[in-house]
Amino acid sequence: MSAKPPRPPVDRETKPKRSNFSRRGFIQGLGVGGGVLSGGLLETALPNAAEAAPATIGPDPVTITLRLNGKSTQVAVEPRTTLLDALRNRLGMTGVKRVCDRGACGACTMIINGKVMYGCTVLAIDAQGKNIETIEGLAPEGKYHPVSEAFVNNDAQQCGFCTPGFVMAAKNFIDLHPDPTLEDVEKGLGGNFCRCGTYVGIRPAVLEAAKKMKGGARNA
Amino acid sequence: MPNVSDYQWPPMETRKVIGKRISRVDGLPKASGRAKYAYDFYRKDLLFGVLVGCPYAHARVKSIDDSAAKAMKGVTAIEWSVKPGSELQWQGQEIVAVAAETEETARDAARAIKVEYEVLPHVVREDDLAAVGNRAKAAGEQVTGDPDTAFKSAAQVHEGFYHIPVLTHCCLEAHGQTVEWTPNGINYWPSTQGVSTVGGDLAQNLNVPANTVHVDMQNVGGGFGSKFSADHWGVMCANLSKNSGGRPVKMMLERNLELMTAGNRPSGFAQIKVAADQDGKIVAWQSKSWATGGIGGGGAPPIPYVFTNIPHVRLNHSAVATNCGGSRAWRAPNHPQASYLTCSALDDLAHKLNMDPVEFFDKNFELTARADTYKWQIRKAAELMEWASKYKPRGSSPGPVKSGVGLAVCTWGGGGHTSNCLATINRDGSVVIELGTQDLGVGARTIIMQVAAETYGLPLSMIDLRIGKNSYPVSGPSGGSTTSGGVSSSTRKATVNALEKLYEAVAPSLGVQPNQLQAVDARIQVKGDPSKAIPWKQACAKLGTTPIQEKGFNDQRRPEGLNASGVGGVQMAEVSVDTETGIVRMKKFVAVQDVGLVLNPKLAESQMNGAVIMGICGALLEERVMDQQTGKMLNADMEFYKLAGIGDVGEIVSVLDMRPTTDKRGVIGIGEPCAVGVVAAIANAVTNAIGVRVSGVPMTPNRVLAALEGRTA
Repeated sequence: MSAKPPRPPVDRETKPKRSNFSRRGFIQGLGVGGGVLSGGLLETALPNAAEAAPATIGPDPVTITLRLNGKSTQVAVEPRTTLLDALRNRLGMTGVKRVCDRGACGACTMIINGKVMYGCTVLAIDAQGKNIETIEGLAPEGKYHPVSEAFVNNDAQQCGFCTPGFVMAAKNFIDLHPDPTLEDVEKGLGGNFCRCGTYVGIRPAVLEAAKKMKGGARNA
Repeated sequence: MPNVSDYQWPPMETRKVIGKRISRVDGLPKASGRAKYAYDFYRKDLLFGVLVGCPYAHARVKSIDDSAAKAMKGVTAIEWSVKPGSELQWQGQEIVAVAAETEETARDAARAIKVEYEVLPHVVREDDLAAVGNRAKAAGEQVTGDPDTAFKSAAQVHEGFYHIPVLTHCCLEAHGQTVEWTPNGINYWPSTQGVSTVGGDLAQNLNVPANTVHVDMQNVGGGFGSKFSADHWGVMCANLSKNSGGRPVKMMLERNLELMTAGNRPSGFAQIKVAADQDGKIVAWQSKSWATGGIGGGGAPPIPYVFTNIPHVRLNHSAVATNCGGSRAWRAPNHPQASYLTCSALDDLAHKLNMDPVEFFDKNFELTARADTYKWQIRKAAELMEWASKYKPRGSSPGPVKSGVGLAVCTWGGGGHTSNCLATINRDGSVVIELGTQDLGVGARTIIMQVAAETYGLPLSMIDLRIGKNSYPVSGPSGGSTTSGGVSSSTRKATVNALEKLYEAVAPSLGVQPNQLQAVDARIQVKGDPSKAIPWKQACAKLGTTPIQEKGFNDQRRPEGLNASGVGGVQMAEVSVDTETGIVRMKKFVAVQDVGLVLNPKLAESQMNGAVIMGICGALLEERVMDQQTGKMLNADMEFYKLAGIGDVGEIVSVLDMRPTTDKRGVIGIGEPCAVGVVAAIANAVTNAIGVRVSGVPMTPNRVLAALEGRTA
């Protein structure tokens, strides 16, 4: 088992700025939070990045550090392990559900660097240094996020297995669209499936949560 | 013991908790990701199991070799369910399971296992009855009256061919379990619809005493009729644990196996001939139908559906054995298929008669078992759909994007399953309710607590409800919409019995007889005299050192007025169809349903909405696609096994018939009936829009365009 992480995570509080860009910064940036910025740079900078020749890792587990809900957490995973499986199987974080395991259903939706992602389509080692928000981080023990509460008020769940994914998708959707219409909700949450058929409740739940979050409940 | 009459539900006007729109009590744990499902079992010493399914539709095992897998570091046990010579009858049938320290290792080991097969001939498609040979088993002709003469003298005869495919349950939480085989018994955390029954099933298959299996399941991620059995994989998982030194092994099905082998709904194909007299009364029905539910055949839709009193009927049905995963109960078994086949043919007959389907169905409700119910419902549904203004004769909608309306009917039994409830009142005023039942997400927890709170006159928050373990009193598995009737009745009886005991303890201090007391607003008081009252806690303090503990039992055969069986429903759909792309969009759906006493309208409406959405999936998207060439399922995943998304369902109006006449029947479950008529209503709406019948469902763009062009797809 290799003790040395292949891409040392850099927990920087500030995002790299475009004007400060350097190749060194870029390589760090691959593992750093910064969403849109690093994503936009990838395409132009990629040919140069190949010169950095990363060390071969795996197939044995490697210890990586994940920035989970604001806390740095170490976990040993094989390079092929998805972020979803790392959370569920290694860390016991089971709020994120495994359903299709192929990026189709949205049950493992989490927010990475401010964007919704399916945890089954992200390798854990690629999530190093990124800000990963899961349903566990939405509200402290004993409290509930306004989106969760709105789901209950509007009975937007039955068996509940798709619900955490929906709640995360809805939370991010509202963050990006604070004043959505019903049509927006139907488009914005099209990446999640429910088998019990709870969409009739989810539609008003998201609208209700959006209203509440505008009123200052966002950081509950 | 109290009189039977004491068990009756309180009158509608005095109810304080039941009948109210209360949010589900387990909503927040679920919506915050804190609720634990079988799939979520996690412990440091947990091992991971992986199940391997047969890659062929029909094969015989020639040889097996697990030496490479056994030698892999981290592999703790391998459990075979076949041996050389075993014959496998469908793709995905259980072959072998592996347990290992990590899931990755278990998957590697599963891949390293070598099985040689002799591939045998298969049949996986049943759409062409002539092509399946001796796989079809005819049930024998059934004749009522004189159909031949009736068809000859009828004013109008319609003949048509209709088909509805096999669907899979596609529970989002796959089937599976964790099992820990300890010296003190077998700890079993399954994903199940039968907490009180599944342990015995596992025990029997393991040949161990049933009392050594301890079941615990607090939440289940969907069942829909597919999660009653312990299943082969449960037995294999138990043996993996046993052979791994008793460490817990979690083995949940991968999505492809879930869709191939963990349950499906039989198909339905029918060539139907139906006739009416000049007044539009149905006089004769003849059908040649077939279906498959896997290698065991199965699936006989009860047709003609609902209109069971058609005077002249000839039925021929064949069960087709295919090399596909076996069918399981699927939300109103056989009814959605029967409703689709029947209501499609009747809608086509109405068209031939130049009759509005509402008028035609209404006229023929005399041929059903509950004409009054359906007549009220069809008027209500038509009003909510604004049918009179929206209905246009078939195919007369103008423009390239056409709209149409259609209707269908449903029925179901229900009743209350066997259920025992234990009610405890402690001296400190705390109360405990225990049942070996389960909440599939339909609200069982909530309604049980509502019933207890209603009886005791306490707030919901004071009820400590415990379910999900087979150490609690036996309650039936959740199937056939029998849970609400069962658990509400047993809880009512147990709490009435316990309260009776509390009255006995309190009566002397109020100077009255126990039968003069009532429990209301967290007090025990003299009936109608709030001035003579003791708060609940003080009343309980009058108990001796021994808490009150009373049982309540719902006998499935003697509901004693608390629950009932037999409902009807009318459903209407409005769609738009783009005749250039073939895309069908849902505009509006109306479901009107009688359900007896409604314990919680908020949750009951959710059940109805969910059933409608499941039906929309079946009408427009869902189908198991089998390839006869390879014998394989082509869409054993969630990209191509399609479900509706939030933008696909349109407006849904679900109406519970809560009139006093239905309320007095007692509690009737609602899970099945609303899922029945949806496909038929949408199929009729599409036909009304485009002017031609899409002969099968799901009504995909390809099938719609083919129907418009007069070809088959």
